[in-house]
Parts: sequence; C-alpha cells; structure tokens
Amino acid sequence: MSENVILSVKDIVKTYPGVVAIDHVSFDIREGEVHALIGENGAGKSTLIKTLSGAITPNSGTITINGKEYSSMTPKLAKELGIEVIYQEFTLVPGISAAENVFLGEKTSTGVFVNFKERERLTRELFAQLHVDIDASKPVRNLSPACQQIVEIAKAVSRNVKILIMDEPTAPLTVNDVDTLFEIIRNLKKKGVTIIFISHRLEELFIVADRVTVMRDGAYVGTENIADIDRQKLIAMMAGRELKESFPTRRTEIGGEVLRVENLTGNGDRDISFALHKGEILGFAGLVGAGRTELMRVIYGANTLESGKIFLDGKEVHIHSCGDAIKNGIGLIPEDRKNQGVFLRMSIAWNTVINNIRGYSNGVFVDRKKEKAAAEKYQKAFQIKTPTLDQKVGNLSGGNQQKVVLAKTLAANSRIIIFDEPTRGIDVAAKQEIYKLMNQLVSEGKSIIMVSSDMPELLGMSDRIVVIAEGVKTGEVEKQDFNQNYILDLASGGKMKGAI
Amino acid sequence: MKTSWIDIYKKFGIFILLAAVFGFFAFAAPNFLSATNVINIIRQCSMFGIVVVGVSMVMIGGGMDLSVGAQMAVDGMLVGYMMVNLKMPIILACIITVAAGCILGAMNGIIAVKLHIAPIIVTLASMLILGGVAYLITGGYPITGMPKAFTPIGQGYVGVIPIPVIIFIIFIIFGWVVMNKTYLGRYIYGLGGNKEAARLAGINVDKLTVLVYTFCGFAASIAALIMVGRTNASQPGAGSSYSFDCMTAACLGGVSIYGGEGKVSGTVVGVLILGMLDNGLVLMSVNSNWQNVIKGLILLAAVAIDCYQGKQKKSA
Repeated sequence: MSENVILSVKDIVKTYPGVVAIDHVSFDIREGEVHALIGENGAGKSTLIKTLSGAITPNSGTITINGKEYSSMTPKLAKELGIEVIYQEFTLVPGISAAENVFLGEKTSTGVFVNFKERERLTRELFAQLHVDIDASKPVRNLSPACQQIVEIAKAVSRNVKILIMDEPTAPLTVNDVDTLFEIIRNLKKKGVTIIFISHRLEELFIVADRVTVMRDGAYVGTENIADIDRQKLIAMMAGRELKESFPTRRTEIGGEVLRVENLTGNGDRDISFALHKGEILGFAGLVGAGRTELMRVIYGANTLESGKIFLDGKEVHIHSCGDAIKNGIGLIPEDRKNQGVFLRMSIAWNTVINNIRGYSNGVFVDRKKEKAAAEKYQKAFQIKTPTLDQKVGNLSGGNQQKVVLAKTLAANSRIIIFDEPTRGIDVAAKQEIYKLMNQLVSEGKSIIMVSSDMPELLGMSDRIVVIAEGVKTGEVEKQDFNQNYILDLASGGKMKGAI
Repeated sequence: MKTSWIDIYKKFGIFILLAAVFGFFAFAAPNFLSATNVINIIRQCSMFGIVVVGVSMVMIGGGMDLSVGAQMAVDGMLVGYMMVNLKMPIILACIITVAAGCILGAMNGIIAVKLHIAPIIVTLASMLILGGVAYLITGGYPITGMPKAFTPIGQGYVGVIPIPVIIFIIFIIFGWVVMNKTYLGRYIYGLGGNKEAARLAGINVDKLTVLVYTFCGFAASIAALIMVGRTNASQPGAGSSYSFDCMTAACLGGVSIYGGEGKVSGTVVGVLILGMLDNGLVLMSVNSNWQNVIKGLILLAAVAIDCYQGKQKKSA
C-alpha cells in the first residue's frame, strides 16, 4: 500500500426531494488499499458508491481520480477509469454459463461468432488467478451465491479493474465463504487493485481492511487506520453515541415442548428431528445452502413434506399450506424480506393484518377499525418509525420493514415464530431492537426458531443450537457447550471441506 | 419522497384526460352533448365496461386475459344456438351460457396454475381456440331472430335508463365493494403485488387465481348476453377487438400491467374515455382507421406513464 491517493471525493452533495442523501462528503482512497465504508442503514454509503460508478449524478462536489478532476462520473467513464462495482443484487444472467457472464458484451475473438471454448479457457484462467475452483461452463443459476459473487469479481478483473467497489459483499455468505472472499481480496490487493467495500459486519474490517471511513446520516464522520481503532469506537462513530453492542440478557423459564419434528424429509432435507420448547430460542446453524431455510419452509407449509411427522403440543398436525401453518400458530419471518416478507407497495396497516385478514373482518368485509387498532398497537410496541400507518412499506428502512413482518406474524396470533436471518441487512441499532423484541416474545411465552449465518448472533441469542449440513442434522449443542469452532466443524459436516 | 407531478398525475391524470376528451368533443363534435347521444355513449360503454371490470380484477391479480373477446363470441353463439336452433327456454339458455362462461374463465385460470404457463400465453391460446370454436358452432353463419322476450337485456329500459347500464352499474358497485371492502379484494391485490409473499401470508394463490379468472369469464358471458340482445343476432366474429380494448381501458384507468395496482373507479373512467372516443370520432366522421391510431397512441401514453413511474421508484 502506498500513500498515493488514487481517488478522492470532495464536497459531494446529493439531494433527493426532501432528503439530503450525501451532505458535503470528502475523503481520500489510497492506491492499493482495502478501504471499508461503514455506517448505519441510510447513512448514504450506497448513494456515495453510485456517484463513483456514475449511476447517479451528484448535485455538487468533485471526484478526483489519478489526479484528474471530474464533476461527475458516467458509467462509461467509470469503466474506462477501471472502476467496477459489485452491487448487492448481482447483475448476472442466470441462464448462461459463468464464462459467458464474465465476458458478456465483450469481444473475445475476431469475427461474428462467439468462441465458447476460448471464453471458458479465459474464465478458467481468471478463476485460477483468484485461486478458486468453479466450473466455468455451468449456468450461473446453478451456482451458490458465493460462487456467483466470484463470477462478478472475475468479470471485474477481466476488465482490468483498478478500483473494485463492493456493496456488502459478505452479506449473503457463510463464514467459510467469507474467508475465501477475503483471500481473493488480499490477492487482488497484491496485484495493486484498490478495494472499497461496504459492510455491516464490523469484525470483518479488522481482518481485511486497511482503513475505514464512517458515515452517518449522509455526512462524513471520519477515516481511521484500522490498526488504531477498536470495535466499540467504530460503533460509537457510526451511532454518534456510545452504544454497547452486545446481546441483551434474558431470564426466561423454558417450559414444555411445543413443537416436535420427527424424521422430516422434504425440499432437499433428510431425516431431521428436533424439538422446540415454550419460551426457548432455538438457533439453526449451517452454511448457506445447507438446507435450513428449506427445512423451515417445509414446517411452514411452503414446500411439501415428503415424509416425517410434525407435532404441536404433542398432537400430530398436517400442514399442507402456509394457511394451515398460520392457523396452527406458526409464523415465518422469511430470509428474503422484500420479496417474501412484505408487500412493498402496500401500507403498513395493510401488511399488518394480511396474514390473518379474516380475523380482522366481519363476514367478508374488512373491519377498518380493528385493522387500524392492530397496526397502531404493533407500531407502538415495536416503535416502527413512520409518519403514518398509511405509509407504503417500500418506503421504510430495512429494520422497520422487518418490524412490519414481525407485526404481520404476531397479528396472526403466532406462538411459534421462525426467524430466517432476522437481522440481515439491518443496521446495528435496529439489530439491537430486533434482539430485544425476540427476548420480549419468549418472555411472553412464545417460542422462537432462529436461522442465522451470523455466528455472534447465534451464540448470543440461542438457548440451544441445531446444526444442519447438506440437508442432514449433524449436531445439537446446548448453551453451556457453545463454541464457535465446534459449531463450524459440525456445519461443514465435520469433514472441513473446501470453502466452496 | 414527496408527491411529484407523476404521483399527482397517477391520482388525477385519468380524470384530467376524461375532462379533456369530453371538453374536446363537446366543442368539436356535432350533437355530442344531446341527451340521446349521452345515453347512447353510456349504453355503448356498458357492455364493454362489464368485461373491463372482470379484466381489471384479473390484471390487478397479476394476470392477463386476452381471450375475453373470443369467450364472448362463444358465449353469444351458444346462447343463440340454444334459443333459436334448439328452441330451449330463454332462462335455461341464459343460465347454461353464464355457467359456460364461468367454466371458460376457470379453464384459463386452472391451466395457468396447474401447468405453470404465463397467463398471456394461456389466454392467447384460448383466444385462438375459442375464436375458432365460435365459427365452428354454425360453420360461420350468424344466428338471427332471437325470441322477443330475450332482447330487452340489450335493448330495454327501466324508466329512461337502459338495462345494460343498470347491469354495468351493478358490476361497478360489486367490483368496488369486493376490491375495497372485502378480504377477497386484499387477497387479489396481494396476489398481484407479490405472489410468493401472498402464498407465505397463507393465501391460497392457486384457488384465488382460478376464482378471479372465473369471475372474468362470468362478466364476459353477461356482456355476451347483452351483445346478442342488443343486435338481435349471434355473430361468430363479435367481440374480437374486445380483449385489447379491455386492456386499453384498464391501463388507461391506472391498472398496472405488472399487477397489484389499480382501482375499479379508474377503470370505469378508462371505459368512459374509450367510449367517448369511439362515439365522438364517429360524430366527427373520422375515418375508422384513424380511430384505431388514436386509441393506440392513448394506450401507449398510458403505459409509458406506468413504466416511467416504475423507473422513478427504482432510482429513489
């Protein structure tokens, strides 16, 4: 890493009607460094990188790259300067091969015909440079999110990337995949690529970043050498206040068994058994794609149960649809909040009652008074930040959307609540609120299943952890035996296979 | 984001357009404002509007129905054939026709759901099939000479109000109540807004899809009865332009082609705009080909606004 400034932004301002998304932000990126950009949701990180990629034009300010000053970028100019961005939503074409994706829109051979063999060879070379082993001829659809991300990186490398910007690259990854990604980042750094990445997982910064810039409410807070700062200070900078990031303690009597799953097979999972007790938070650990979400979907009736039994309070139940699950008091907070959890174009009140709309109706007519009362109750209980309950859920922040999903589930009288990645993409302060809500729920006698890829969260919140690997249960760990390495070992099937 | 002009247009634009079209013809078209002509426009709109209520429910539910016109042709041929050729009692013939209409609608829904085929393909296929079937019933000949007691459904009046208008109003009220006041309406908006989220919210999305298409088939069959009653004949080629006119009216009225958005009130205005265009342009003796050009341009404008808003949302 040199002291050479490769990119600097100065006094960048971007406003949207009624909102200042970026407020006079200035900072420098040095050549060849790994620069982390952090801040709570809505801090303006994504908007900032969009100004760098040319996706949006700032109202004022300048961007200086290699000493040359620009008042704004265009996507074309950014590409010419070697700036590549990997967004959270990948821009891959699912139906075509990894190699085709890497060279999409590029000419790799002369003439009008595409030389597929040549492209695959070049892609294999790129993968070899990144020290990963992915089948370049496989359609991207069949690759895991981690592999898809590597395809994105390979695409950027193939275009001679100078500055690689990644928006929350680790969010969809499991612990092992994250290690692989960091290896790739280190490799790229050795080649002289400058890397800017956004993250919500602070612990990662200490592993891979050289410097970190903190943003808050659209404004620049500060840039620090990672060696000179610790986690608590970073959190304080992000929140603007000393916020102790820890897991709230709870003392809840764990009662009798409420849910028992026996030898469940279906949706890719085989022969899984476990029990959940009243007032308990049962964690589910595993790698992404291990089959945890799939298992929860079977229990919730979203996918078919092939064999096995599900018991509620000791009585066998047959759940054929999500409606059956809801009637039985099971609620699911899905992993993919925006696409599965909420109706973005509908209001908070509308969303709150939809899971149990018949319970809020007289005959066929929706009872607006009951609806309003329920929405108000949950808005107050969960402190959903919104001017009105008629606000469209799509206009809320991630944390507040998650609260709406929870409200929607509870308004349907759920007593067993399945949280699938409850805090993914949610900022630190909102995470704390979600944890507190979970504790409050179990103290009210509800039971929680929590699928999470965030190890501190699993260890901090669970009473017990079930580990799933490749569709089978590989272990169950009691609280007194919680140990990150042990759980990771079980999650990788005890065999410690390659990272991907 | 605060309300931008596009939101304002989304809210009132259709009414602005309605007023503009009305004002234009009131000024430019002879006799446009005469009582007989106004009644005539509303009557012309009614048969069409009934189908639009059904189609817009399908579209709000995230579907599409290109086959309504062909359904109407089959329904119309069926009722004529039963009453004239088979001399069946009017009531029985009507009941069978409406039941057949519901079944045709349901078939669209069932095929879309069971075979996982996109609704546009399913209804495109059924449009072709039913369009052919309508001609096959009599070998292409129209059926004329409906029983005297049948024609009032298309030609009759209650007081000064034509019977089709009354039926249209019943459909509007029914559609409005279902979509705005009942949980069924919530389900339909949910289905169109986000099918997977709807399924996870416990909604039986397959059953609901079939139900919505069934209602659309029901609406088409009622419109077919009015059509036959009004013209006193069953024409195998009747209603062929309806599918696209219905989509035009629904899109004009603010129904999103992607589903989940739209209001019954808006689609009624969409119907009135198209009805006034049809009528006013004829009064102005505009060539019928030009009428299509104008309708097409107006549809394009409506969809452009729909898409433009979608883009706004993404960048926000």
